[in-house]
Amino acid sequence: MTVSVHELELDLDAFQGPFDLLLSLVLREELPLREIDLAEVVIAFVEHLDRKGELDLDACGEFLVLISALLELKARAMFPDEDAELAELEPEEAAEELARRLAEYRRAKEAAQFLRKRIEERRTFFFRLGPAPLAPKVERSLAPQEPEKLAAALRVLAIEPPAPSLAHMALRFPPVSQFLERWRSLLRRRSRFDFDQEVEGLSRVEIAVAFLALLELRKQDEIAIAQAAPFAPIRISRADAERSLSWTVRSA
Amino acid sequence: MDRPLRLIPTETTQSAELARTLEALLVVASQPLSLEELQSACEADAEEIGDALELLWKRYAEGSSGIVLEHVAGGFAFRASADAAEACARLFERPAEKGLSQAALETVAIVAYLGPVSRPEIARIRGVNVDGVVAGLVERGLIAEGGRDNEFGAIRYRTTPLFERVFGLESLASLPRVDDLGADVGEIRERLEAVAEKRTA
Repeated sequence: MTVSVHELELDLDAFQGPFDLLLSLVLREELPLREIDLAEVVIAFVEHLDRKGELDLDACGEFLVLISALLELKARAMFPDEDAELAELEPEEAAEELARRLAEYRRAKEAAQFLRKRIEERRTFFFRLGPAPLAPKVERSLAPQEPEKLAAALRVLAIEPPAPSLAHMALRFPPVSQFLERWRSLLRRRSRFDFDQEVEGLSRVEIAVAFLALLELRKQDEIAIAQAAPFAPIRISRADAERSLSWTVRSA
Repeated sequence: MDRPLRLIPTETTQSAELARTLEALLVVASQPLSLEELQSACEADAEEIGDALELLWKRYAEGSSGIVLEHVAGGFAFRASADAAEACARLFERPAEKGLSQAALETVAIVAYLGPVSRPEIARIRGVNVDGVVAGLVERGLIAEGGRDNEFGAIRYRTTPLFERVFGLESLASLPRVDDLGADVGEIRERLEAVAEKRTA
């Protein structure tokens, strides 16, 4: 049984003796784990199994738990700053952790033994196995099946759907020049006009372009722009009509 | 000619009738039927079902019939009697438990005690990768997926009613208490240290 793991004789560079002594020395911090080549321990165990000529699964299981616990301890010792929390694990605590895991594994093993015993006891009991025919399945009622209807339904599906319209996605900017012309012709007929009145009914984009046209005209000194207060109506007048006055652009 | 009045206790006809219905239900069922299922199928209350089951217990006790009534996996089910085992074995297999390895038993034990539990958690306890073993247990129907780990989203497993049936458990509560299994941490620690003491002495 598990004895074979403990009695495993090791002949390593840093240590010579049975495996359980190695374990004790490591737990008691008398032997620094980093000096032990754990791969050698694994090889020794495999050779030991080979010599025995039979596969002792109990021993293998216990060995795996022990060697992985040792590997974890060793990894922690080699990277002390890797993880502050792990580094804080004192050898005392590490040993506790090792013992805790052994206990946890042993519990699983004993539970497995209990289950094995139950199977043995019930070896002579046969029972029916199968999916439960519980609760009558709801029957799906199908409409009368006619091939023509199916064809008609498929025909509808086979029609290529219309390409989705992206018209609403595009921001259509009318050219600024269009409004330049419009304002100029307006000012040829009238000396002044009210911006808000003129753009009433236009889209937001068109209003924005119309306003850009105003700024362009102002830049070219063709018009004067006045606004009494923020959000008040914007009044536009011919530049020459206002030339004599001191005009100001007041805007929000 | 005075004869003392005697009340002869007889099986009430109602119980006998109900017992016949229960027999019928159990023979059709491929899984144990719970008391609630029996109640709703028979449209009877728990007490009436209990009386009828009482009759069936006697009729289908081990040794009196080829069919045995058992209380398992949270319900009632028929199984073959033990003396019919050899004949059964010639004709039927038991795929759920046939050739269960030690690794599989340990794994299903961990799932039974800690479930729902994820593969990494099982692997941590067993110290080895358990992917293959878990997949095998799922295929046998002894464990099944049951939700996901909240932290990492790993699939968690729990045992199935079939598990309880195969191992003859009335419910998971019939497993031995964890405290009765294995040595506790302190004891293992002491043993490790005792070995160390001996070696240095």
